[in-house]
Amino acid sequence: MTSANTGLDREQMAQRVALDIPDGSYVNLGIGIPELIAKYVPEGREFIYHTENGLLGMGPSPEEGQGEPELINAGKRQVTALPGAAYFHHADSFSMIRGGHLDLCVLGALQVAKNGDLANWSTGGPDAIPAVGGAMDLVAGVKQIFVVTQHCTKKGEPKLLDACTFPLTGVGVVSRIYTDLAVIDVTPEGLRVVELSPGLDFAYVQERTGTELLPAATKS
Amino acid sequence: MIDKTVPSLADAVQEIHDGATVMVGGFGEAGSPVELIHALIDQGASYLTVINNNTGSGEVGLAALINAGRVKKMICSYPRSQNSTVFPDLYRSNKIELELVPQGTLAERIRAGGAGIPGFYTPASVGTPLADGKELRSFEGKDYVLEHGLRADFALLKAKCADRYGNLIYNKTARNFSPLMAMAGSTTIVQVAEIVHAGGIDPEHVITPGIFVQKVVRVPNPAHESQLVRDGVTYP
Repeated sequence: MTSANTGLDREQMAQRVALDIPDGSYVNLGIGIPELIAKYVPEGREFIYHTENGLLGMGPSPEEGQGEPELINAGKRQVTALPGAAYFHHADSFSMIRGGHLDLCVLGALQVAKNGDLANWSTGGPDAIPAVGGAMDLVAGVKQIFVVTQHCTKKGEPKLLDACTFPLTGVGVVSRIYTDLAVIDVTPEGLRVVELSPGLDFAYVQERTGTELLPAATKS
Repeated sequence: MIDKTVPSLADAVQEIHDGATVMVGGFGEAGSPVELIHALIDQGASYLTVINNNTGSGEVGLAALINAGRVKKMICSYPRSQNSTVFPDLYRSNKIELELVPQGTLAERIRAGGAGIPGFYTPASVGTPLADGKELRSFEGKDYVLEHGLRADFALLKAKCADRYGNLIYNKTARNFSPLMAMAGSTTIVQVAEIVHAGGIDPEHVITPGIFVQKVVRVPNPAHESQLVRDGVTYP
């Protein structure tokens, strides 16, 4: 864990994403770091969480021993339903997704390309069991797609690239990327650094990125 | 008099034949009709094509049906689970076929099948390997992929409560695919924890109207997959 002292940890990454979610948003959170975002709703804001297996108004995990096997999230973990929640079947749930009714979806990534292509469901390896879940529907239908991910793989390989090498989840779907090292916007010109994590400089982040980064637009 | 209730699980699954296409309700363990699946294992039908979001957990329920070699092909969106290697092992040794479908496309294919709609265009999977070989069509400058409705010979579902007409209500996130599969199954078979008298479900609260249901069997205390897996239960 040589890089443990540089960049944000998982909790800080989740907290950083939460800062950018407007009050009143309907949000779907993917499995992994995205799930942590629910803990960091900024004071004075209310987000409504959608889980694609049929619940709007999802609350936090239940107290130990209080959970119900038939009240779960898309990651199949037990959750709670908040006052004002609604249950519905899968076709309604994906009408919310595909029909553009959800404001934001935050997903993890294996790779993101400079044009916003996302790969997050399969490495395409011969021994991989392909499993896509709802990711392709989410990226095709939700108004805005954020990715939150480590900047590099555990082996230190860059995840932000000129073009994805893994099978795609969607084409040109990502609008913003939050990593342990930076916040990066997908723009028509390429990936633009919006914010560097504390103590890091542009060159450090560029070295760990598989595509040319554009510096933050300077304010005139 | 219409009475869709049947006396036993064995009666409920009796007609399921070799080579049948069977939709199985549930997302993970929520809504999984464990007792009906176990009755199907006992009944013996083979070469089944099974439609479910997943491929089961542990060695109970759907995973047990697959493990018993009864399933020729799975149509699903997420054939992985943390506590079962049944499907991955068979898949890697080419002993089971997989048709991988994005989850929302799977739901809509089932809904469309049950609604008499043979095909529809969706934006999901455009530009990905899951759209390979499928017809693309552009609407207002954006590409969509043609997907086909799905129907099944049988649907095996779990609900919370029914009356003799087959009107159903579900429990929380156990609803998931079941109302869609109820429409798409030629013979829809439902296990319910409770059967109430006609009128015992407020018509405003009916989720699946009884016209979509052919058989109802009472299973008062259905098992939960996670509990069975924790207890080390395997089936048969």
